[in-house]
Amino acid sequence: MDILVFIKQVPDIGEVKIDPETKTLIRQGIPSVVNPFDKNAVEEALLQREKHGGKVTVLTMGPPQAAEALKECLAVGADEVIHLSDMTFGGSDTLATSRVLAAAVRKIGKFDLIICGKQATDGDTAQVGPETAEILGIPQVTNIAAMEINDGVATIKREEECGYAIIKAPLPLLVSVTKIINEPRLPSIKGRMKANRAEIPVWKADYIGVTKEDVGLKASPTRVVKIFNPVRKSQGEIIREENAQVAVEKLLEKLSEHGLV
Amino acid sequence: MGIAIEEAKGILVYMEQNFGAFRNVGFELLGQGRMLADKFGCELAAVVVTGENGEKLAAQAFQGGADKVYMVEGKDYERYNTDAYVYAVTELVKEYKPEGFLLGATVDGRDMAPRVAARLATGLCADCTGIGVEEEKGLIAWTRPTFGGNIMATIICPDARPQMGTVRPKVFKKPEMDASRTGEVVRFDPKMPAGTMRTEFLREEIPEGVVCNLEEAEFIVSGGRGLGTPENFKLIEDLANAFGGVVGSSRAAVDAGWINHLHQVGQSGKTVGPKVYIACGISGAIQHLAGMNSSDIIIAINKDPDAPIFTVADYGIVGDLHEVLPILTKEVNKRKG
Repeated sequence: MDILVFIKQVPDIGEVKIDPETKTLIRQGIPSVVNPFDKNAVEEALLQREKHGGKVTVLTMGPPQAAEALKECLAVGADEVIHLSDMTFGGSDTLATSRVLAAAVRKIGKFDLIICGKQATDGDTAQVGPETAEILGIPQVTNIAAMEINDGVATIKREEECGYAIIKAPLPLLVSVTKIINEPRLPSIKGRMKANRAEIPVWKADYIGVTKEDVGLKASPTRVVKIFNPVRKSQGEIIREENAQVAVEKLLEKLSEHGLV
Repeated sequence: MGIAIEEAKGILVYMEQNFGAFRNVGFELLGQGRMLADKFGCELAAVVVTGENGEKLAAQAFQGGADKVYMVEGKDYERYNTDAYVYAVTELVKEYKPEGFLLGATVDGRDMAPRVAARLATGLCADCTGIGVEEEKGLIAWTRPTFGGNIMATIICPDARPQMGTVRPKVFKKPEMDASRTGEVVRFDPKMPAGTMRTEFLREEIPEGVVCNLEEAEFIVSGGRGLGTPENFKLIEDLANAFGGVVGSSRAAVDAGWINHLHQVGQSGKTVGPKVYIACGISGAIQHLAGMNSSDIIIAINKDPDAPIFTVADYGIVGDLHEVLPILTKEVNKRKG
């Protein structure tokens, strides 16, 4: 089974600090990591390969430093990686990014399954997976918590608001995974060494047959017109009382001011 | 493909139904859609895709502010199916050519909207928490949190139509229902070709003890690692019951196996916006805050005075939740009397 995985390099949101004075995000010095949900996507691909054989190819679109994220995927056991990197791709919104990924998938040709994380933790849009599936004309199941594949048909447990839906879907197929689907493995020392030595193939716009008419800032239907810091509430009232009963009564007094008790 | 700018007119709201009843977010969207339609001087229409109950649903959409309802009703639409719903909604949009199209940022809404947008080659803004009008060109200005809610971005879609956005549930008020309002129901048959639906729904699995739909809850009491043991979720349940609310949790409590993932609030779980969110024994990792910081009132109970949860809390008690929660539950029950 040929499995493709889409990943994104994102700033490590766990390392994000808020400046206590200005209440704004401190952007400097945030390390880059593989988007956490994408680690589950890679893991799921490796697990499916262990069951069914085949090949795992990981793709990312991003600036030169995103090659590091691909190396992490090689280190845990991906067979091949492809780095989609070109100035032409710069400024792509979700639709333009999906056009890049879809063009790369067509260049690859044969595949059975595409796995991506349910969303990236920087943009949180959850749109690139479905938009790419649409461009490729393949079915999708998003937000999945478990998947079993038999004879070219996936049986999937999809997480919804109130429980799970069990869905049957034919391959080729795109799925997006939640955190609970598996526990991503750590790289072995050997894997890491192999990844460090690996040459990461870079695919450019002309190689996959896209131009700035299709991708990049100008071809993106959406425009960001303003970036600003969220309005944060002023410091709340923190009750510190030795006696829990007194603390509770103070809190209830506040809640009754809001008409909540 | 897309819709010509000159031809695009009117605001369309997708009203998601589940087992023949609307999700609340649809009404919240009608409120915002009404605001946009009044500003643009155009019509507000709702699209309803359903297996049954069409007339009843349409009546509610009118009461919530819709001028017109486009109704796709039939056996194929009984339950959400990506291919069927995307097909029906895209065909309808191509036929009626709205200028703006609002959908709820629900699990299904976020599954469907990107495919519809890609099929129409238009822009889509995800999970918006603010909707306005950009004065210069009269475009919809969609504002959304990124980076776990630490940066806000305002986005427009200048050259493609419809301008599309999914909107986070519970951010906007549900408009007052006006029982005297009615309107025109336009039935739309998308003429879906056979074989369009490639995936098949087999069955539902609802784990025992899971209380439905944190996304629409008005009152959430969440427990985290500070509970110490899974049995202590009883303290959380009791307080939630006292307030008539539902139980949430942090990632730590889910990872420890104390509670089902369906209860998890945060970036890897659910995004909620209740009137009151009570975080008990939750330190407040940035990923958790991203899922709940748009709650109206946040209350934190934690024994660590330096826990980051206190930075977003409106009210907090520094103390041992094992002591505080039983007293709080008892007092709330007493006052409800």
